[in-house]
Amino acid sequence: MKIKTVAEYIAEGDSPEILFWVGCAGSFDDRAKKVTKAVAKILDAAQVKFAVLGTEESCTGDPAKRAGNEFLFQMQAMQNIAVLNGYEIKKIVTACPHCFNTLKNEYPDLGGNYDVVHHSQLIEQLLNDGKIKVEGGEFKGKKITFHDPCYLGRANGEYEAPRSVLAKLDAELVEMKRCKAKGLCCGAGGAQMFKEAEKGDKEVNVERSEEALALQPNIIAVGCPFCSTMMTDGVKHAEKEGTVSVLDIAELIAQAADL
Amino acid sequence: MGIENVLFTIILAAGAGLFTWNVRKIIRNIQLGKKLDRTDQPAERWKIMAKVALGQSKMLVRPIPAILHLFVYVGFVIINIEVLEILLDGIFGTHRLFSFLGSFYDFLIASFEVLALLVLIGVVAFFIRRNVIYIKRFRQGELNGWPRSDANIILGIEVLLMSAFLIMNASDAILASRNFGHYITAGSFPVSGFLVPLFDSLSNNSLVLLERFTWWFHILGILAFLNYLPYSKHFHIILAFPNVYYSNLEAKGHFTNMDAVTNEVKLMLDPSATPVEIEGPIKFGAKDVQDLTWKNLLDAYTCTECGRCTSECPANQTGKLLSPRAIMMKTRDRLEEVGKNIDKNKGTFVDDGKSLLHDYITPEELWACTTCNACVEACPVNIDPLNIIVDLRRQLVMEESAPPASLSTMFNNMENNGAPWQFSPADRLNWATES
Repeated sequence: MKIKTVAEYIAEGDSPEILFWVGCAGSFDDRAKKVTKAVAKILDAAQVKFAVLGTEESCTGDPAKRAGNEFLFQMQAMQNIAVLNGYEIKKIVTACPHCFNTLKNEYPDLGGNYDVVHHSQLIEQLLNDGKIKVEGGEFKGKKITFHDPCYLGRANGEYEAPRSVLAKLDAELVEMKRCKAKGLCCGAGGAQMFKEAEKGDKEVNVERSEEALALQPNIIAVGCPFCSTMMTDGVKHAEKEGTVSVLDIAELIAQAADL
Repeated sequence: MGIENVLFTIILAAGAGLFTWNVRKIIRNIQLGKKLDRTDQPAERWKIMAKVALGQSKMLVRPIPAILHLFVYVGFVIINIEVLEILLDGIFGTHRLFSFLGSFYDFLIASFEVLALLVLIGVVAFFIRRNVIYIKRFRQGELNGWPRSDANIILGIEVLLMSAFLIMNASDAILASRNFGHYITAGSFPVSGFLVPLFDSLSNNSLVLLERFTWWFHILGILAFLNYLPYSKHFHIILAFPNVYYSNLEAKGHFTNMDAVTNEVKLMLDPSATPVEIEGPIKFGAKDVQDLTWKNLLDAYTCTECGRCTSECPANQTGKLLSPRAIMMKTRDRLEEVGKNIDKNKGTFVDDGKSLLHDYITPEELWACTTCNACVEACPVNIDPLNIIVDLRRQLVMEESAPPASLSTMFNNMENNGAPWQFSPADRLNWATES
């Protein structure tokens, strides 16, 4: 599979239908890169004409904004908007709820207006339209619990798309007590990912992983690269990494569809 | 009209006047905040107010307190119809003015009595929940001292008011059954009827005394309670409505972009850009209450310290210093202090060397926040503690250059590499060719 950049499309006198915004974690974090590849495989299999920005992409500025550095956020935003508008991008998909939220909600005021979707929403649509097919596959009968990302769920009210995607796996979906609007954060948001936690008696990701593990799932499904890191660490902390895997919904679908 | 009615009218006017005076002071304090337009989409705003404030929809998440709170809430609202009659009786020297409504009046009085009983049940249950059973959000440190007393005073006043109302009805009914004086048989007393045997042996004169005493106690109690509100967390019974009306209607993840910063950044990227006009001195973030928006300040006055925000907060649940409820309480405390300063100095604020940030809210609290919006989601009256937290973080970072060291590193990485980590931007597409 050849990943094309927007610049390559333009050079060929063509343009992509949708921009796949990879995000910093998706570009650099070894674990998240696997999710990026899974998303690309799904888009490719569904014959979606997509492109990435490649080296022209830069951080959306989300962690800077949540940490209070509005200058840095807006610098990042304006530069990204210049690139996106320059390429006349209309539609964006991203596997990171933080990028999703920032592009969708905070870029319009600064001149960046795009139709932005989270990968769970696009995958749901592709599955519903029959563009990709998952028939049971290797996750049939497995016990899966979904951890809601704050910036997809509470921040943007999307609780159903990831669940509808997971429902296609023919697995046993179980909910944690704190789910959907009451979902507990993994502990990474608000730039916590990039700093030591403040003094307390427990790590947030340990608290959340314990809640998930109490359901004795085979898989903890996530929809955010930061949640993925936090939950993976939490599972390791409980020494359950041998029996419980933390997987992004894109990975689950890509694997189940044998992509 | 007798002397009693004149006295009543004077007390009523004084009570209403004092309340108005205090409310105006609170409005003035709220207006110390920065401008923010929340007048758009009026239809949507009325709808959310009907659902969340009037309909208490967000209370339902926790069914037991929701039902108990509903008793007290409906009781409070409906019994006010009875208070209207009491006020008119007091002014005009009438007795049970609305009794001409006949059987409908019986129905009204009966429902007020049932509601009064439900209020009593609710209030006693609340007292037990707060003081006997261990419920973490009612035992946390920020409630020590006045806030805990405030809560119990409110419950105590409600018990006294409802008891006076029922005893008044019981003595009234006995006098009516004896055809004494102007006491007419009107109303139906499904609850106070059970109190009749307690007072049945009293003489007519003692009963009149009891009826008058409880009548006066009830109405003066209501006036006193009204004037207690502006000093109390209980003010939420009024402010909940405007506060929900002025809710943030945007997606919760949408944090405002600061116009002042947009100007600077635009000029940096393009020196010929025309800046947006901004009123007043430009500050990058909030240090004190005057730097917050009026909605933040209205939030602070609306908070009734229920602690649902704090009990949902991931930082608080894992033992960190942050409590969203405490953020609201501290904002209100500081605002009250600033208001008193203005009163003392003839209308202008004289620098007292203190500020909301540092003197009330510490950086450690702010840096524990994951911006997960759980507190915002949990609040039954749509208070937004996160908005204050982020504005104070902005002050720490942009005005005081005091982020935690690891965040400084993150900012540097982002500035230099376009990513929060130290990776080369040239490697962004490596994933596409790696196996």
